[in-house]
Amino acid sequence: MTATTTCSIRAAIVLAVAITAIPLATVAARGADLEVKIDNFTFSPQRLTVKAGTTVTWINEDDIPHTVAASTKAFKSKALDTDDKFSFTFTTPGTYEYFCSLHPHMTGTIVVEAATGSAGAR
Amino acid sequence: MTSDHDEPNGVSRRKVLECMTWAGTGVLWTVSGGLPRSLGIIGEATAAESSGLTFLQISDSHVGFDKPANPNAIGTLEEAIKKIKGLPVKPAFVIHTGDITHLSKMSEFDDADRIISQAGLDVRYVPGEHDVLDEGRKLYLARYGRDAKGAGWHSFDANGVHFIGLVNVVDLKAGGLGNLGADQLEWLAADLKGRTASTPIVVFAHIPLWSVYPQWGWGTEESARVLELLKRFGSVTVLNGHIHQIMQKVEGNVTFHTAMSTAFPQPAPGAAPSPGPMKVPDDKLRSLLGVTDITFKRGQQRLAIIDQPLQG
Repeated sequence: MTATTTCSIRAAIVLAVAITAIPLATVAARGADLEVKIDNFTFSPQRLTVKAGTTVTWINEDDIPHTVAASTKAFKSKALDTDDKFSFTFTTPGTYEYFCSLHPHMTGTIVVEAATGSAGAR
Repeated sequence: MTSDHDEPNGVSRRKVLECMTWAGTGVLWTVSGGLPRSLGIIGEATAAESSGLTFLQISDSHVGFDKPANPNAIGTLEEAIKKIKGLPVKPAFVIHTGDITHLSKMSEFDDADRIISQAGLDVRYVPGEHDVLDEGRKLYLARYGRDAKGAGWHSFDANGVHFIGLVNVVDLKAGGLGNLGADQLEWLAADLKGRTASTPIVVFAHIPLWSVYPQWGWGTEESARVLELLKRFGSVTVLNGHIHQIMQKVEGNVTFHTAMSTAFPQPAPGAAPSPGPMKVPDDKLRSLLGVTDITFKRGQQRLAIIDQPLQG
């Protein structure tokens, strides 16, 4: 994104449009371990893209307990009280849908990409 | 507090819902001819005693909760029990519509038992999602589910009224609402089969059995199926908790009612970013917490529901 500093205004606008076209809640990882906050009955970011091998940590910042449960049962936390954390290391590429088993309207997605390859193009 | 919603006809469902969204005002409701009517505030209401079956609903005591919305949930539960002991008419029994504890801990169940038993009344429970956090839901079931089926559903009779406790807080599905499951629905159908349509029915469960606000999960997936099973009965009352505020709705012969919590209030649907505990000024908290007193008069399809705040 440093490219914008040398772009024309027009190019910058085009780039800005391209950026806003990406869902706001989507975050791409660069290999570092990442955190998902649980706040106001919402997983944030709601959709997170990581490289295989990344450990994702959920932290509950609500005054109400929540859980992190994969729809496929690949992982499930115990009930997380305020400030409790749950971590899971994603080794296999794929799309992991999860939800809070106490408040199932709370849903999130972790997209795991292969650790090597052309993922840098995104 | 005029009963401006007391119009004979043409009251929209939305309007009824709006009128009912009063927490802690202590209004006596009687239901007659399908529409709820306000008869007055608590002082007048309790004076009009009846000879019918009176029972009590408490809900969402969240023993163990100590966050800013109420740092002393044990204290407010104790106040609620004290209020129950001081009622002019002793209730036949108490229904607790779940979230007895906050985190399903043994010590929380112990504290809840110790306090609630001081009322000296028989208590019938259904679990809230906060009561079944342990593996296998063993702590709840060992205490309250011994005579129940499945995750704790059960039924019993009192003074000719049939009471059904349903469990809609387990095996919840991603993106979904409260969940009863096929086994429980099958049991419910069998439980109702053969009962005469004139039998008054009271159904109680933690999560509302009608669609209060699906965006916050305030509803139950199979509620239409439950209503289908209940529609032949002339008098059906559905008592829920979970949303920590009073709401009421009438649909045909079915009256839905949710109770206040004894622990902390929650916001009205959509009034906040999330349904989390609502912090209110300390001097206002006890007007938003309380218990519900329900009287069923034999021979009338009339049911009086009095919501009693801890204060006010």
